[in-house]
Amino acid sequence: MAYRQPVLETSPEVSDEIRRTTCYMCACRCGINVHMKSGPDGKKRVAYIEGNRDHPVNKGVLCAKGSAGIMQVNAPSRLRAPLKRVGPRGSGEFEEISWDEAMEIATGWLKPLREEAPEKLAFFTGRDQSQSFTGWWAQQFGTPNYAAHGGFCSVNMATAGIYTMGGAFWEFGQPDWDHTKLFLLFGVAEDHDSNPIKMGIGKIKARGARVIGVNPVRTGYNAAADDWIGITPGTDGLFILSLVHELMKAGKIDLDYLARYTNAPCLVAEAPGSAQHGLLLRDEGGKTLVIDRASGKLAPFDRPGVRPDLTATHEQDGVTYRPVLHLMADRYLSTDYAPETVAGRCGIPADKIRAVAAEIARVAFDEAFELDREWTDFRGETHKTMVGRPVSFHAMRGISAHANGFQSCRALHVLQILLGTVEVPGGFRFKPPYPKPSHIHPKPHCGVTPGAPLDGPHLGFVHGPEDLALRDDGSPARIDKAFTWENPMSAHGLMHMVISNAHAGDPYKIDTLFMYMANMAWNSSMNTKGVMEMLTDTDESGDYVIPRIIYSDAYSSEMVAYADLVLPDATYLERHDCISLLDRPICEADAMADAIRWPVIEPDRNVKGFQSVLIDLGVRLALPGLVSEDGSARYADYADYIVNHERKPGIGPLAGWRGDGTGAGRGAPNPEQLNRYIDNGGFFETHIPAEASYYKPWNAAYQDWAVSMGLFDSPQPYLFQLYVEPLRRFQLAAEGHGERQPPDHLRERIKTTMDPLPIWYETDQQGNEGFPVNALTQRPMAMYHSWGSQNAWLRQLHGHNPLYMPTRLMREHGLKDGDWARVSSPHGEITVPVMEMAALNDNTVWTWNAIGKRKGAWALEEDAPEATRGFLLNHLIHELLPPRGDGLRWANSDPITGQAAWFDLKVKIEKVAAPTESQPVFPPIKSPVGTGPKRLRWKVGK
Amino acid sequence: MHPARSVILFTTLSGLGFGLLIWLGLGLPTVTGWSAFAFFSVAYLLAGGGLIASTFHLGRPERGLKAFTQWRTSWLSREAWCSAATLLVMALYGAGLVFLEARWALLGWIGAALSLLTVFTTSMIYTQLRSVPRWHMALTPALFLSLALAGGALLAGQVGYAMPLLLLAGAIQIAHWLRGDGALARSGSTMNSATGLTGGPVRAFEPPHTGPNYLLHEMVHVVGRKHATRLRAIALVMMVLVPAGCLALPFSHSIAALAVLSHLLGILASRWLFFAEAEHVVGLYYGKR
Amino acid sequence: MTTLPESTDRKLGLVIDLDTCVGCHACVISCKGWNTENYGAPLSDQSPYGADPSGTFLNRVHSYEVQPEDGLAQLIHFPKSCLHCEDAPCVTVCPTGASYKRTEDGIVLVNESDCIGCGLCAWSCPYGARELDAAEGVMKKCTLCVDRIYNDNLPEEDRMPACVRTCPAGARHFGDLGDPDSAVSQLVAERGGLDLMPEQGTRPVNKYLPPRPKDRIAAEPRALEPVVEEATGFLGWLDRALDRLPGGGD
Ligand SMILES: Nc1nc2c(c(=O)[nH]1)N[C@H]1C(S)=C(S)[C@@H](COP(=O)(O)OP(=O)(O)OC[C@H]3O[C@@H](n4cnc5c(=O)[nH]c(N)nc54)[C@H](O)[C@@H]3O)O[C@H]1N2
Ligand SMILES: Nc1nc2c(c(=O)[nH]1)N[C@H]1C(S)=C(S)[C@@H](COP(=O)(O)OP(=O)(O)OC[C@H]3O[C@@H](n4cnc5c(=O)[nH]c(N)nc54)[C@H](O)[C@@H]3O)O[C@H]1N2
Ligand code: SF4
Ligand code: SF4
Ligand code: SF4
Ligand code: SF4
Ligand code: SF4
Ligand SMILES: [Mo]
Repeated sequence: MAYRQPVLETSPEVSDEIRRTTCYMCACRCGINVHMKSGPDGKKRVAYIEGNRDHPVNKGVLCAKGSAGIMQVNAPSRLRAPLKRVGPRGSGEFEEISWDEAMEIATGWLKPLREEAPEKLAFFTGRDQSQSFTGWWAQQFGTPNYAAHGGFCSVNMATAGIYTMGGAFWEFGQPDWDHTKLFLLFGVAEDHDSNPIKMGIGKIKARGARVIGVNPVRTGYNAAADDWIGITPGTDGLFILSLVHELMKAGKIDLDYLARYTNAPCLVAEAPGSAQHGLLLRDEGGKTLVIDRASGKLAPFDRPGVRPDLTATHEQDGVTYRPVLHLMADRYLSTDYAPETVAGRCGIPADKIRAVAAEIARVAFDEAFELDREWTDFRGETHKTMVGRPVSFHAMRGISAHANGFQSCRALHVLQILLGTVEVPGGFRFKPPYPKPSHIHPKPHCGVTPGAPLDGPHLGFVHGPEDLALRDDGSPARIDKAFTWENPMSAHGLMHMVISNAHAGDPYKIDTLFMYMANMAWNSSMNTKGVMEMLTDTDESGDYVIPRIIYSDAYSSEMVAYADLVLPDATYLERHDCISLLDRPICEADAMADAIRWPVIEPDRNVKGFQSVLIDLGVRLALPGLVSEDGSARYADYADYIVNHERKPGIGPLAGWRGDGTGAGRGAPNPEQLNRYIDNGGFFETHIPAEASYYKPWNAAYQDWAVSMGLFDSPQPYLFQLYVEPLRRFQLAAEGHGERQPPDHLRERIKTTMDPLPIWYETDQQGNEGFPVNALTQRPMAMYHSWGSQNAWLRQLHGHNPLYMPTRLMREHGLKDGDWARVSSPHGEITVPVMEMAALNDNTVWTWNAIGKRKGAWALEEDAPEATRGFLLNHLIHELLPPRGDGLRWANSDPITGQAAWFDLKVKIEKVAAPTESQPVFPPIKSPVGTGPKRLRWKVGK
Repeated sequence: MHPARSVILFTTLSGLGFGLLIWLGLGLPTVTGWSAFAFFSVAYLLAGGGLIASTFHLGRPERGLKAFTQWRTSWLSREAWCSAATLLVMALYGAGLVFLEARWALLGWIGAALSLLTVFTTSMIYTQLRSVPRWHMALTPALFLSLALAGGALLAGQVGYAMPLLLLAGAIQIAHWLRGDGALARSGSTMNSATGLTGGPVRAFEPPHTGPNYLLHEMVHVVGRKHATRLRAIALVMMVLVPAGCLALPFSHSIAALAVLSHLLGILASRWLFFAEAEHVVGLYYGKR
Repeated sequence: MTTLPESTDRKLGLVIDLDTCVGCHACVISCKGWNTENYGAPLSDQSPYGADPSGTFLNRVHSYEVQPEDGLAQLIHFPKSCLHCEDAPCVTVCPTGASYKRTEDGIVLVNESDCIGCGLCAWSCPYGARELDAAEGVMKKCTLCVDRIYNDNLPEEDRMPACVRTCPAGARHFGDLGDPDSAVSQLVAERGGLDLMPEQGTRPVNKYLPPRPKDRIAAEPRALEPVVEEATGFLGWLDRALDRLPGGGD
């Protein structure tokens, strides 16, 4: 009998229309094709989301979150209208109000502040992708109290990178995925560069090249890695400096590169006790000097024809000047950094450290290759080829979220530079607008004048004590105490300190806390319970200690419950956004690119894009820049701002299709700009000429191209800073030099930690005796912080989170999978389910980040596993260290940048009988949006 | 496997029903009139009830008739045909006995054979599944058939046959358990073969989903060993020993009823174990059996 | 029709690279998205915002730890969907003919309008590749995106399964495993691609590329030769080395 099978329609219509925009299920900013289909009612709805193949970031691929976007735009947790609090703070009792009323309330609160004391507004935004706009708005308002989430996220990485080499990882650059042959990944579970890292690992693996993962936990990328180094948390700096030791000792460093492109040949004054000690030798114009190896004479580093000498020393006025490389040899060749010395501390056998160093050296030098591309450097010398050193590195919060993170990140950047593998083929490459030396970044501004804008941008890079944000009496000018002696280089601010400082009225009291897109009452806070108490605490007269809280969220998060006024945002498919070169664009190492979001669907609720609301508020407050002379609105809404705002003449939020539509980077505003973006798939991209594509900091062709694109006003070549002189300036102050002096209790710490050459020190955790185990979190690839749990598809993957424990600790505590343990730190305790994991550093436990949820949030039912079995590690982490007995409370942060030291957490573990729910349990919040349906059968087409 | 009530009821009741029909078909006992009516009613209630119970397991019972189409390959389809044919043939045969007091022996034998075949096809639905090693052995049809015969004999009051058949079924049951216990190991399927991973023992780490799903619900069921041993003992005692003991006693209706009831409960326990103890190899992927 | 075809013209299937998969679940969700909107009934979810969220997925990513006798434990992410077996037991057990294997490309499908939801095919599948949809009452399984791979409404480059198109790491490959010259067959030959549970006799079409050997750097310890013994000798070495650089000293 003949085989019969049904006839199948193999060419069904896929959709009625594709609208191309930018994903925002995380901050990676991939391009998406949103397939629209008409439902039975004829209305077009989102039917399917896939990656945009033409997009520079993701080239067609899409992660789990991105594909689940459809469940985000229909999530029952979406806020529906502006909310005014009617119950006590934290209860979740609200009344829906009109936008007019909401805006009147906000204006009524903010107007008097601006007129009398603008600093009484603290405006902090989360993983906002419009920081150039929100920061500018805050500047127009006049408050010094603005920052985004960088301070608790990875400011160590960013700052260390910018001071050292003019850029760091992720938004700043990427490995040369097409050429690299050995890729070392430090402390990354997922990162912002989610899809590109995965694509890169895929490329490397397809070529049979090797990946080494340095991470206490072997999951995800580290599981795919060929070699795993299960390092003890907080010791990467030591491990890296031991690699430096091995490489220097074996002469496996790129001397030519060091001499030409770094400050290794720059001359450091050896004048102990003087105010000059440790500073670099400069000419009158302030240019650092080197000794020309040909002439043996001093010369500015950038003079054409100069061959900086790495060995020659210089005497002048009785002071000896030695090249930076000498100082490095003195330090790193010491047996303090020998593999044997560090092995125990790092939890890595000495043999393995040596083997890794040998492998790095082998690939960097024996597998070096050349690209047949001529280029000319900033000294005017033309090079026939581009030399490739195919070793590349990437790192993120695993090394940055420790109290020694700044120096550890510095160590990693220095390692890359010693190998000569930054901005060369096969190595690490910057993405425009980087590279950009630290000295051309703005400095922090805190000049407040009632009724007027701030005297400049809030955030920036300090180069010495004179740049700190201190008031005349030496007290902090900012509510988060950024840019103070406690954390001088806090380039991103300290969002994690805002609530506790505002509550304590230290350094001063504020009136209105205005937050956007940050779930500070839950997963982004340290000491979550304490923060909830601070937010609800009242004074003697029964008023809230933090008088007013305005919050913008798109969803019914935990933080919503703590606001007095909630401004509901549209979702990412319902609003305009701008992923700008002024901010964090989507550039690639070979291309300059930026992107937009646009309303591919209209909101079906009474919500508005937050940036447009902010513009409206600015107009109501008559902020300069937002209103014309006659008081009328300059920008109708955010879309209008994106197109017409100019930072400098010819330079605005978007680089593409400026002027008559042919301008790239520079040009007058083009009213058609957004349409051109939409036609092009939501993004703009222009390629860097081939001769400009490597050696960017020193490549004349790149510098000229960057100027033509409006990235700089003039070429800005510079040297990599192995030795970071601004750090030394703070040390000098601590040693007693200069006008501005640190308080005495901070002198020692500044002297030891702000070393201009990378050092390693034990993360500062005295008071942890009896809490011997490291406790970490990792981001799940399929979840974005707290947002994922409202997503019907994603929460099936990660609906609760066990504490993963190494085999050794499981045995020691008599635990087996599914048992429960009480986990305590000096600060608090939680009771949670445990699971065994063998591929884990044997003194480390970990869990997925932000899976635990407060009952009543996110439109989940109160018995949702996220609330009954899920948990946060945050309850164990305090923003202050345990008391030391010196009468002071020290911040749980990096002493240089103020980066929150999430991963310094130490705990103790005890087996307990299973409770009915993971502990602690908080009373449910009343959901302002109810809960979701009992069943989903989502199909929009027929 | 998940011991679903519908499937346990189905196999238990229909096994007994068709078992009774075998004996009735053979004319053991030869009954007519009202007593035939009573016997056939019991048999049809059991067989039919079992079949109806089985449809509760279907996602789309209204399309049930489609199950008749694939008799060439599918044991489930064959079972549908056999049970329908049996019920039809035995209905005719029964009608003769009840209404005409006529025993069409040939029809009875055919019906008995079909009944036996039905039980066999039922057993083959499970036996054929290589993915469930505990079922995938010749002892499975032997168990189903011997239990149907023994239970049928008991219901049919065939004391002489029932006694040895009960003991035989008990022996097969024990063998099924013992062979079954090593079946997964003998199947060669392990976490290594399931994943193709070599180089050391494989342990399931993170599950693909923290929530429940169809596979876990349907196919991954873990019974504690102590619990299982206790249930096995209960099943054996109730299914075989109590009825056999009853048979050894002088006949009385209440004792006969006790024997049948005990046997029924015993089979239910045995069937519960049949499912609950059956490890589907998919459990290997979840690190569970 | 539940007899299996004698042979199929092609053997379309997936090749999954366990060395490269980072366990991101992208393939899981893009599959869910495509198949909720396309082929047959939507993949439903029960208790989507409640205590026991569950739903139908056609592709799931497990993870396993392997503990070598001496050496570090390894972790492997393991995506799994229907393997489109040549001797597919799920087809032959089906009482209704809803399950079938296509003659032209070997794709195993469920014709949902014939399915009674008896679940037997799912029982027969050793791999857990079939899930009964709780809302629809019919069996769902990977279709190998049969409504994409031949779809004239998609650009040619997109005529591949949703999961393959989306995989960020490039760990999923699609092609004709019946053609020894196809890219997928060559990959399988090169990397020693293997069958899951061969002892089950299903002859899967999909193949898995095993992880490459791990932790080799540590296994073959090497060390760099120092250029100088004493730290103080470094500067002398430096001077000599600089002289050797092109345009170095004289
Ligand atoms: N899917 C998804 N993507 C995200 C996010 C998300 O929530 N979900 N969040 C985004 C945000 S805001 C950020 S900041 C980035 C962060 O991206 P990642 O930097 O990847 O952040 P984490 O997941 O915290 O991973 C930290 C890693 O460092 C390891 N680690 C901890 N301590 C040490 C140590 O001392 N040494 C070493 N070598 N490793 C260590 C941990 O085991 C973990 O693997 O991800 C972004 N991308
Ligand atoms: N234990 C531990 N804690 C951590 C970390 C860790 O590694 N370990 N990581 C820290 C880091 S690096 C970070 S960045 C923070 C992140 O923590 P948060 O910044 O709090 O991140 P989310 O939970 O994503 O919350 C952001 C809020 O934005 C809302 N939101 C989402 N989309 C939109 C939108 O389109 N518009 C508006 N207006 N709102 C929206 C969400 O509903 C949510 O309430 O967590 C920190 N907390
Ligand atoms: S990585 Fe995923 S969630 Fe983030 S932007 Fe890209 S697709 Fe969206
Ligand atoms: S994997 Fe399972 S469902 Fe797929 S063809 Fe093989 S047996 Fe059938
Ligand atoms: S569930 Fe559907 S496809 Fe599977 S065997 Fe039953 S009828 Fe066939
Ligand atoms: S081939 Fe299609 S149906 Fe199959 S797993 Fe991939 S996306 Fe899902
Ligand atoms: S998308 Fe690719 S890398 Fe991610 S889990 Fe699936 S197969 Fe693995
Ligand atoms: Mo972050």
